[in-house]
Amino acid sequence: MSDTAHAAPPPGSAPHDAHGAGHHTNYVKIWAILCGLLVVSVVGPMLEIRVVTMVTAFGIAFVKAYLVATRFMHLNLEKKLVPYMLGTMLALMALMVGAMSPDVMKHEGARWENTAAKESVKRGMLLHPGAHHDEKAGTEHGAAPQH
Amino acid sequence: MIRPIATTRSATGIPTGRLAVWWVIASEIVIFGGLLGGYIMHRLGHPDWANQAANTNTWAGAFNTLVLLTSSLAAVLGHQAAEKGDGKKAANFLYLTCVGGLVFLIVKSIEWTTEIRHGMTITSNTFWSFYYTAAGLHGLHVIAGMIIMLFVAADAKKNKELQRVENIGIYWHFVDLVWIFLFPLLYIAK
Repeated sequence: MSDTAHAAPPPGSAPHDAHGAGHHTNYVKIWAILCGLLVVSVVGPMLEIRVVTMVTAFGIAFVKAYLVATRFMHLNLEKKLVPYMLGTMLALMALMVGAMSPDVMKHEGARWENTAAKESVKRGMLLHPGAHHDEKAGTEHGAAPQH
Repeated sequence: MIRPIATTRSATGIPTGRLAVWWVIASEIVIFGGLLGGYIMHRLGHPDWANQAANTNTWAGAFNTLVLLTSSLAAVLGHQAAEKGDGKKAANFLYLTCVGGLVFLIVKSIEWTTEIRHGMTITSNTFWSFYYTAAGLHGLHVIAGMIIMLFVAADAKKNKELQRVENIGIYWHFVDLVWIFLFPLLYIAK
């Protein structure tokens, strides 16, 4: 049984619903911009400058996400309830990550020390100092160290 | 035919089906957000992971990003066609979107096969645990989206339930959106 038993008119739209692809958005143009941003996000990090990598890889990811959310998902045309709902979820995630990050990212504090994590980092650095493209061995991939 | 109460009420002003998709996405934000948040925290605390990340294939990741962006374009064009009441065209765009999903999965499987053959398995390092879990979970979402899309396309072809074209499109764009963040995290940050 169908949950809305009709085909047309305006599929997926309530009569008062301004949401949709009916308005004049040039989707191919948006796609072309997204592809251009993808090229920048791949080429930028090749310069191997940390700031440039951060901006081109992660900064551009946010721009791409914004374009997809607003132009393809039409989040900007949706009722306010939806952005608030999604924003709340993102805020809760940020809160969780923010609260947990000191314990996860730091390996020692005033009265504690995460020896396992320290050892893990040490082992990783020692075992695999040159894992970046095992060119000497003529292979693209190095073997993964166990830990 | 009497329409179920759940689909005729409109307290929010948003069609119920679409509202349900937004709720799915809201819950997905927590799933992927937790996973990616966990990965970022560990990555920042483990500089040695850069050695592992150096082994991921950036070109394969970039190609898959292009594939997903293109499939998203097809999905939104399908939505546009559905809005105009052209179910057949909408269905064709949905099939095209599915082809994009299939190409994505093929590339991913080739990539994984190569990595596993080189000893980089889910248990070999915590970086790879995150890598396979995040990409695998995302891949499952791609598969689920494709299956649902095939059902929606079959109806759309007969000009039935065209509103679902938009709903599955929103889900697909979200899957694309997740990959937009997975790509720099797993493939670019070396």
